[in-house]
Amino acid sequence: MSNPAKTASGEATKGNSGTEISGWQVGEWKFESRLIIGTGKYESFEQNLACAEASGAEMITVALRRVNFDAAKGPRLLDVISPKKFVILPNTAGCYTAEDAVTTARLGRELLETNLIKLEVIGDERTLFPDVPATLEAAKTLIEDGFTVLPYITDDPVACQRLEAMGCPAVMPLAAPIGSGMGIRNAANLRIILETVEVPVIVDAGVGTASDAAVAMELGATALLMNTAIAHAKDPLKMAMAMKQGVLAGRAAYEAGRMPQRLYASASSPLDGTATF
Amino acid sequence: MGEAPTDSANAVGVEVEIVVNGDATKLSGSSSVADLLVSLDMSDRRVAVAVNRNIVVRSSYRDVQLASGDRIEILEAVGGG
Repeated sequence: MSNPAKTASGEATKGNSGTEISGWQVGEWKFESRLIIGTGKYESFEQNLACAEASGAEMITVALRRVNFDAAKGPRLLDVISPKKFVILPNTAGCYTAEDAVTTARLGRELLETNLIKLEVIGDERTLFPDVPATLEAAKTLIEDGFTVLPYITDDPVACQRLEAMGCPAVMPLAAPIGSGMGIRNAANLRIILETVEVPVIVDAGVGTASDAAVAMELGATALLMNTAIAHAKDPLKMAMAMKQGVLAGRAAYEAGRMPQRLYASASSPLDGTATF
Repeated sequence: MGEAPTDSANAVGVEVEIVVNGDATKLSGSSSVADLLVSLDMSDRRVAVAVNRNIVVRSSYRDVQLASGDRIEILEAVGGG
């Protein structure tokens, strides 16, 4: 990038000097951590909580599903991942129509007393890619209904632009298919999105390991949302820590502004005063 | 949904047939959403309820009467990404 310190996402880089990393904001919510993590695929709520704490995440995603009346009584997810401790971001995962996503979002608002919604309208079972027209339709309805809509979307600059124009306070392009761990498959598109929209860009889905997280942040992403990369690591707790550090390192490097790349060497030690034997 | 309990179909002693989370079930007449949650042992659980796609806010649980044919979804927060 020619000017890496420029904020493509439009927020102030108040931590741009010194060693402080800047925070960020979406709607009325302010965050220090740029890592958002999920609650799926963990072995237990306790493991999930330990990973959430190790990751430093302040915002945590949850899904909404039918209560299983036959299941044994016991602690529920929100008893462990407490809304008193984390900002809970309900999602509309599993919805294939705008109508279902809107209803699910409204149930999430009722359940969690929050206007925040991670909008997902899925278009295809194998890739879990978003249905872009249906996502736009649902976003419009939900914004009119007072929601703070964070839309999961393809890494398509035009779709992101449309969502920003209709009032989404952030866009969440995918880096690779959900749960694939493929990493940043199209860095060029993410860069274009970062230059196209002014709202925060949260890279959502596809990250596999800490270097992927660092790459996304170095590109200038505002924040990163991940689930499987931590939950399905051999040691989720250690990966949660690695992701925290990857995000911090990537963001710090972005704010620092990387050196230009050169094809040839440039000596680090002075040429003057080199001894002649 | 929202029918007054004086509706003959909802009279006390007459059962209503409803679908809860996809399963058909019978309930005594003049049952409210609150009554349904008590019968399911869910009244102290953090859940959200929709009747025929309409969200029922917690403060209306006692007021919303269930009628035959109603489709009720009772959701909770679970792990997801």
